[in-house]
Amino acid sequence: MNQMDLSLIDWSRAQFALTAIYHWVFVPLTLGLGLIMSIMETFYYRTKDEKWKRTAQFWMKLFGINFAVGVATGIILEFEFGTNWSNYSWFVGDIFGAPLAIEGIFAFFMEATFIAVMYFGWEKVSPKFHLASTWLTVGGATLSAWWILVANAWMQYPAGMHFNPDTVRNEMNDFWAVALSPMAVNKFFHTVISSWMLGAAFVAGISSWFLLKKRDTAFALDSIKIASVVGIVGIAISFWTGDGSAHQVAQKQPMKLAAMEGLYEGGNGVDLVGFGVLTPGKQYGDDKDPFLFSIPIPKMLSFLAVRDLNGYVPGINNIVEGGYDTPQGTALSIEEKMAKGKVAFAALANYKEAKRTGNSELQVESEAQLRENMPYFGYGYFQSPADAIPNVPLVFYAFRVMVILGGYFLLLFIVMAFFAYKKQFEKVKWLQWVSLLSIPLAYITSQAGWVVAEVGRQPWAIQDILPVSAAVSDIETSSVQITFFIFLALFTAFLIAEISIMVKQIKAGPAKN
Amino acid sequence: MDYSFYQHYWWFLVSLLGGILVFLLFVQGGQSLIYALGGKKEEDLNRLVGSLSKKWELTFTTLVTFGAGFFASFPLFYSTSFGGAYWVWMLILFSFVLQAVSYEFISKKGNFLGKNTYKAFLFLNGLLGPILLGAAVSTLFYGAEFIINKENLIGAKPVISSWQNPWHGLEAVANPWNVILGLAIFFLARCLGSLYFINQIDKDTVRKKSRKQLLINAIGFLVAFLPYLIHLLLKNGMTEDPATGIISVESFKYWHNLLAIPWALPLLLIGVVLVLYGFGRSIFQTKYTKGIWFAGIGTILVVTILLLIAGYNHTVYYPSLSDMQSSLTIANSSSSLFTLKAMSIVSLFIPVVIAYIWYVWRALDKK
Repeated sequence: MNQMDLSLIDWSRAQFALTAIYHWVFVPLTLGLGLIMSIMETFYYRTKDEKWKRTAQFWMKLFGINFAVGVATGIILEFEFGTNWSNYSWFVGDIFGAPLAIEGIFAFFMEATFIAVMYFGWEKVSPKFHLASTWLTVGGATLSAWWILVANAWMQYPAGMHFNPDTVRNEMNDFWAVALSPMAVNKFFHTVISSWMLGAAFVAGISSWFLLKKRDTAFALDSIKIASVVGIVGIAISFWTGDGSAHQVAQKQPMKLAAMEGLYEGGNGVDLVGFGVLTPGKQYGDDKDPFLFSIPIPKMLSFLAVRDLNGYVPGINNIVEGGYDTPQGTALSIEEKMAKGKVAFAALANYKEAKRTGNSELQVESEAQLRENMPYFGYGYFQSPADAIPNVPLVFYAFRVMVILGGYFLLLFIVMAFFAYKKQFEKVKWLQWVSLLSIPLAYITSQAGWVVAEVGRQPWAIQDILPVSAAVSDIETSSVQITFFIFLALFTAFLIAEISIMVKQIKAGPAKN
Repeated sequence: MDYSFYQHYWWFLVSLLGGILVFLLFVQGGQSLIYALGGKKEEDLNRLVGSLSKKWELTFTTLVTFGAGFFASFPLFYSTSFGGAYWVWMLILFSFVLQAVSYEFISKKGNFLGKNTYKAFLFLNGLLGPILLGAAVSTLFYGAEFIINKENLIGAKPVISSWQNPWHGLEAVANPWNVILGLAIFFLARCLGSLYFINQIDKDTVRKKSRKQLLINAIGFLVAFLPYLIHLLLKNGMTEDPATGIISVESFKYWHNLLAIPWALPLLLIGVVLVLYGFGRSIFQTKYTKGIWFAGIGTILVVTILLLIAGYNHTVYYPSLSDMQSSLTIANSSSSLFTLKAMSIVSLFIPVVIAYIWYVWRALDKK
């Protein structure tokens, strides 16, 4: 009767998702464009050719417009951990808070300080100092990404901590296991370097517009040359890190992998779905075929997941029902995990009671029972095994959008580089149009990646430890609804303003000689 | 160095960050003065906004780091206050979000909402930011209505911190002392903003108007802050028995704290004198432009000491008005020893950060 209001959980998730989605409209451009404009200023520093200064300054203008909204939406995300996920803030704040604080000390101040030099320092500091400041601004943004992705990776793969029954929270016991967890390292490279792709697509697209308009062509062609190389490097490394990421998901978050593939019945030598259409309304436990149509790539999912063409990959049904072999032993069913989670709850309650009454024997016994069942603690909150299954269609399609568009961009950047370095780009109108129209696709690719990562791990706030239903703050749903719509209106207004300002700035073009 | 040392060290860092943040609110104070100082002259308004635009990110970043520092070192406060006083923190957020975009968009063509809207946003942040932050900080002394029960996490309704009224933080205005500190911080920010303009804007009319604003707002600040300080030092506080963790009421708690920490009272007085010196000399000596530094350092000292006596000496730094034993102290709300130690190592880099900020600030302020 007294349980958390489901609509509160959904609205809190919606508000966080809204903020994160808007934040991620601005951040990848900061990371990608930042790299490109830094390269351009480096050319200026080395060649003393004023054209590179004008080129760098043009892209810096767009960088600044975009940066401001990224900063604004970023602070909201940080505060929302407290305002909307207060249980979470206590339960794992001991681990999660540290990366955020370190991000503030190291990264935010670096960005905030040196961006001022980047914009206001051209006439006040030496060219060397200015160049260093530009790189440090981008370095600060990248460092910021490092720490926030450490925090995010930890939520997907909790490491370096133990549960303390006295404080009723998880506490860090290995800083480096948190800061350098394989998932954090991979996530960082995948996220940051895929943002280079977005920055490259943006620069190439805008530069193509100049070519279509037959204006500032030398500037545009120089920009495209750099962008196409950054794009190729970015997307190629993103494929490599993406493969690493999927492999890690297979080991640590098998349910997410199953959702990514729409895989209900697993097995050995499982096919990868190159493309497919899911059967609408398909649910766990029904007899419907998961796919209306699919193009399989034989045995490839097994290879990607376990590096063995005949390796075993569990599907949603297998994960729910358990009983298959894993390196750690036979997999438990979700129901068994739920039972163990509830044992952990009871053991914690007994531990606290034993401590209050001074019953040391019961205290020791309860603590041992708690430790044994702690890996399943979060499952104790579930009402049914189906609670463990994320939104399969959203994850499945988002994954395909990301991968297919990633392949498209690799091809596009190669073609761009070919024509750019052959000095023929100016003549290829269709490619200029394609480059321009591909800008929104780069954003869709990037957002789709986060949808896979975040929707795929639902219902967990922290994998296996805390579901979102137990992480949420106890506030009225109406309060969250009001702030949701205020944020929606604000962010949308800012996005419109940003696009409008950018369009004006782009039309104004780079400074003339 | 034991657990208690690290808890006290992090409370000191959070207090120092709070002190620096209040100093840096000169940006908000300056924003709240743009109409008064700029009048209808577009050139003056642009100059004021342009000058602040080089510094706003430092205030913003300090606020973010203050929040993150609190999260990392005292997560139970973050969880309880942010999740409970939802509306206060959301209003603070809204006002700072408006600020963040305004500086970048205001002077750009095609800014969709128009230049005047962004000016109004800056003014709004200058007005609301200091008042709301001041009122929120005041609840560290005057308390809030919440109950904490960590064992609820495994109950039917998993809620660790429950707010005990539906106002979710807005009820803080019902206590006039919270409002008074909010106003005191607002006037202080305007004083510091005036001092900043006196220091940065080399134009007689702006400096003259700034000195006038400084006088008016210094009076406002003193009228609000002195009664607050006196009342604070005379009021009851809550104290924790370090042996049992039981919390009880102690008369003149904050006054006792000032006396119990030998360096607190002298530093508080030095801070007050520096603030008054910075104000006074800038008001009465028309060629003097360095008041920001004296008043700024004084502000950092005063705010840091006030925050220190909120938490040191076994003081409850976030009193619960609903259940005294739910109140937060630095001992019962901090992160683990391991985390505090790890972050303490990180904190050793803070002087490097301050050094490069200082260096860059000087480089950009070169004529």
